[in-house]
Amino acid sequence: MPARPRAELLLELADDELVLGWRNSEWTGIAPFLEEDVAFSSIAQNEIGHARALYELAAAELGTTADELAFDRSPDDYRSAPLVELRRLEWARTIARHWLYETADEIRLAALKAAADPEVAGLAAKMDREEAYHRMHAEMWVDRLLSTEEGRERLDEAIDELWPYALGVLDGGLRAQLRARAEERLGRALPEVEPIERGRHEADLAELWEEMTMVRRSAPAGAQW
Amino acid sequence: MTTEEVWEALAGIPDPEIPVISIVDLGVVKDVAVDDRTVTVDFTPTFMGCPALDAMKRAMEAAIADLGAEPDVHVRLDDSWSTDDITAEGREKLRAAGFAPPTARPAERMELVQLQRGFRCPYCGSTSTRLENLFGPTPCRSIRYCDDCRQPFEQFKTI
Repeated sequence: MPARPRAELLLELADDELVLGWRNSEWTGIAPFLEEDVAFSSIAQNEIGHARALYELAAAELGTTADELAFDRSPDDYRSAPLVELRRLEWARTIARHWLYETADEIRLAALKAAADPEVAGLAAKMDREEAYHRMHAEMWVDRLLSTEEGRERLDEAIDELWPYALGVLDGGLRAQLRARAEERLGRALPEVEPIERGRHEADLAELWEEMTMVRRSAPAGAQW
Repeated sequence: MTTEEVWEALAGIPDPEIPVISIVDLGVVKDVAVDDRTVTVDFTPTFMGCPALDAMKRAMEAAIADLGAEPDVHVRLDDSWSTDDITAEGREKLRAAGFAPPTARPAERMELVQLQRGFRCPYCGSTSTRLENLFGPTPCRSIRYCDDCRQPFEQFKTI
């Protein structure tokens, strides 16, 4: 990882996990079958748990709170990768995004686990124990899709579409690892493309933000349950 | 007050979601220190998105207050907990309640095939069981099915 302010790095990770957790939760109740309803809901819960811990660490440094970081910034200020912001993906594209993100995230976490900062390395290692289950789930689905002609075609099409987004999840120095791993797994070359970088946002993010922050904005003094 | 008394009090706190096992059996209490009237406890959540985290913290604070001490409970978010830290007694309590205990964590990257083996059914003892879903009703559980007694059951995930 290149040197950069720690809080900035933590916010990128936290925003990725929060937004993707939200997207995964959108399958709750409507996934193609019950096992996947449970799986995507559980993965969402894990990702949002990771986001909370990452925001707390960033908040301590920035003199704010995790909730303020998660909900009180304007959509333009989020540091999430455009990959996690995309909405209304059909199943093959959902699986493609899930697998691309988890593969990229494994590479990113491996780098963070080796970081000199013990808080970041410790947190990354704890997250990685849980992420192992997300990866096994994603790999299982890739196996399943690659086992039929139609599955392979639909996965290939979705991967090609999302590939520039997947590259944008990682810092430049880690992208070659993602390409090598993905090409080996899929048994084919992936397109040479310009990565879709952080900093710009998909229009879908504004819609997610409206929904996600609605309760908090409607009760500025703090909602009580 | 001694640290042993504090450990004993904490051992009386059930896990909020699997109440057959205590938080001490789970191995999530990492450190206890007594300094005059202040008791400092370090603990770590099992899974980071576990909604029981705050309930566990409050229960520990109440148990320490009941001993007449001032609680200072810290949440530690590092790599200090694995399901390998669940005590032998805790594993037996899980099994008796119908939860297959977690298997030992492999030294290398965990692969799906390792979890697809036939783990023992906590109801009938058969190993003709299969993985139904890596994910379950809480972050810490997977769903399995026993082909002999036809009972679905939950297994504590290995992390």
